[in-house]
Amino acid sequence: MRTFRLAPDNMTFGFMRLRRVSYPFSALMSIISVLMFLSWGLNFGIDFAGGTLMEVRAKSGQADLSALRGLGDRFALGEVEVQAFGGNADATLRIRLQPGGDAAQQAAVERVRETLGAAYEFRRVEVVGPRVSGELVQSGTLGVVLSIISVLIYLWFRYEWQLAIAAVIATMHDLLLTVGFFAVTRLEFNITSIAAILTIVGLSLNETVVVLDRIREMMKKYKKLPIPQMIDLSINAVLSRTIMTSTTTTLALLALVLFGGHVIQSFSLAMMWGVLVATYSSIFICSPILIYLGVRDATDKG
Amino acid sequence: MLRFARWKVVSILAMTLVSIFLIVPSLLPADLRSAMQKTLPHWVPTQAIVLGLDLQGGAHLLLEVDSNDVLRSQLNNLRDDVRRILREENARLTGGIGLQGRMVQVRVPDAGDRGRALPKLRALAIPAGSSLGAVGAPVYEINEQADGLVQIIVTEAGVNERVRRAVDQTIEVLRRRVDALGTTEPNIQRQGADRVLVQVPGLQDTNRLKEILGTTAKLEFRMVADAGANPADVDQLDQTDQPGKIPVEKRVMVEGEDLTDAQPSFDQRSGEPIVNFRFNIRGGQRFGEATSANVGRPFAIVLDNKVISAPRILGPITGGSGQISGRFTVEQANNLSILLRAGALPAKLSIVEERTVGPGLGQDSIEAGKRAAYVAGVLVFCYMLITYGVFGIFADLALAIHIIMIFAGLVLLQATLTLPGIAGIVLTIGMAVDSNVLIYERIREESRAGRSVVSALDAGFNRAFATIIDSQSTMFVAAVILYFLGSGPVRGFAVSLGLGILTTVVTAVTMTRMMIALWFRFGRPQKLPI
Repeated sequence: MRTFRLAPDNMTFGFMRLRRVSYPFSALMSIISVLMFLSWGLNFGIDFAGGTLMEVRAKSGQADLSALRGLGDRFALGEVEVQAFGGNADATLRIRLQPGGDAAQQAAVERVRETLGAAYEFRRVEVVGPRVSGELVQSGTLGVVLSIISVLIYLWFRYEWQLAIAAVIATMHDLLLTVGFFAVTRLEFNITSIAAILTIVGLSLNETVVVLDRIREMMKKYKKLPIPQMIDLSINAVLSRTIMTSTTTTLALLALVLFGGHVIQSFSLAMMWGVLVATYSSIFICSPILIYLGVRDATDKG
Repeated sequence: MLRFARWKVVSILAMTLVSIFLIVPSLLPADLRSAMQKTLPHWVPTQAIVLGLDLQGGAHLLLEVDSNDVLRSQLNNLRDDVRRILREENARLTGGIGLQGRMVQVRVPDAGDRGRALPKLRALAIPAGSSLGAVGAPVYEINEQADGLVQIIVTEAGVNERVRRAVDQTIEVLRRRVDALGTTEPNIQRQGADRVLVQVPGLQDTNRLKEILGTTAKLEFRMVADAGANPADVDQLDQTDQPGKIPVEKRVMVEGEDLTDAQPSFDQRSGEPIVNFRFNIRGGQRFGEATSANVGRPFAIVLDNKVISAPRILGPITGGSGQISGRFTVEQANNLSILLRAGALPAKLSIVEERTVGPGLGQDSIEAGKRAAYVAGVLVFCYMLITYGVFGIFADLALAIHIIMIFAGLVLLQATLTLPGIAGIVLTIGMAVDSNVLIYERIREESRAGRSVVSALDAGFNRAFATIIDSQSTMFVAAVILYFLGSGPVRGFAVSLGLGILTTVVTAVTMTRMMIALWFRFGRPQKLPI
């Protein structure tokens, strides 16, 4: 029985030669990410910025977007961001953090609720006060930092220093590009985005580990082979697996993006991007670093 | 490879069966499930999967006890104590007893007066709450300054202790209030030092919930002040039903804590909604005395410093019961009686976070999650099938059991399934096959390198195993960190992801291996199908 494959058997593609393309490319992407992050910043959702998010559905079947936008001026709430989605009846309202603390948030919500109550169904209301959002920023940052530290510890124990450095660089690269993705796409950055980022760190490491494990095995097996060829050999060996896994994961995530509903759409999109970046970096970023770091010395001594 | 211990086969089959057994109740309608709970023996699993608030709809409110308010009432109590002690010791003061920041200060110029009063003031500092022989930190610190100035400062520990007690009390009161709303399985718990989390699943009317939770409900009966009263003894209070202020005496005749019962009712003459209440013995006595002494004068019923109504006392009220009317709507009368029955909050509460999901959106999210899971399942299923043929079927079988096991794990741990949790499961559908892919690709490689079928299978499983453990453990670490940092929906994601990683090691590694071993034993193929 002939089976279907995306990567042909016995592939001998010279991935290492491509580093002259992939490195400048990644450098460019990283710079864009940093610049975008610094200039545009992230589109913080209410989890981190505080404020109110309401999802309403018009009982008449037709949401009056301009009237919803007008709420801001009418009640002096500042700008009210209104976004239609799904059918004509659905819209989300985002109200900025009101000056005057938690009581002011609640007062604003109450006024909007009273005004819209007759014509709209409130499908979701989220109000995050100034202190809670500050704490969420803290715990979110702590999460990312902790995960990076645990990754470092894991790699420290697991690999020789050259491989560990390569893995760290690849993970940082993925992290950076994911942040850039959020900055460029203006996807809302919320607590679930932190969850997506931590998952991407896991996925990225997962890809990297598979490649590095094989490189380490090959290093012991083919001691005479020049490093670039040895790495090419390793990557070609795991390539069909890498493609297979990223395809199945992407398929699953694609299903989530298309059918999982708007509540988790940005979460799923970010993760899909993460899978692509992680797959790319495990091959084109992580492995070529070993050429520069002179990985052979490590195994000779070890 | 071919040898597979019988106990392993048996235990894997048993695990699968138990898992199926565990998720069956979740698939049944709720009324059948509750019937099962009553009739079936105890050990039969009848529990359904716990759905998060984002899936079943409901309200999540994070409330914060106002610690300034707690401190303020603590300082007022302290001032009363200091006044009592100084009076008992006949100490002469210059100026009054002042409140400043976190301290009470008083000037006692005479050294003899100070000598008698100070030991008694010091006795206040010993924490009353430190039972069980625990040596608590002192609640107050007493400083003696020059020219007879005595400062009694509330310590950090003193404030914290008070706030802790206020939170305990708040939780109790809130529980009584929420229970009175008649909702199912509300969750009320302490969060951090000064916060209370209230989760009420399936609630439609969050405004009413917020009103009931956020009201302090401090009820006082006070006399309306005469025109000639000393302004220092009078508060000008707002009224609930009309503009303008009413002068009300500071002295409180009876407080809400002396109420034993409150029920909504209708006034027999006007038909207007009212609240009937009953005092305990002490309250009844005090109210009787006060009304006897003030016949003909109006008194004020004050709730949270607002006058609800100020009726005239027509005659002594000694029966220990009465009614409050204040142009209520039926719902207001209902709410007020709930609040009065449950008692007042020890301090002001503010809502610092609110997340409510309507049941409509919850149901939509479940549908969307299901649809995504089916689509992802079918796509991955087919992809594995066309890529690996027979082995793909094995992987697909393992995948199906993997999903069953995740759900069984959720039921067993009574962990909450949230929308990100469903996303986590869908993600593990994609990742679970990773282990199979690692193994299969390795087998193909070994077989291309010229190994026989058995030895390629063997080498494939053994060599891939280390990598599988490596790569899965990195994901697992991410899931663990997420679990400890996240809350609510994100935690749900961490749980399903973590469970998914654990079960994938069982299903993708051991179970496929068993299936391939059986297939090989019965088929004795000369060539690998992949």
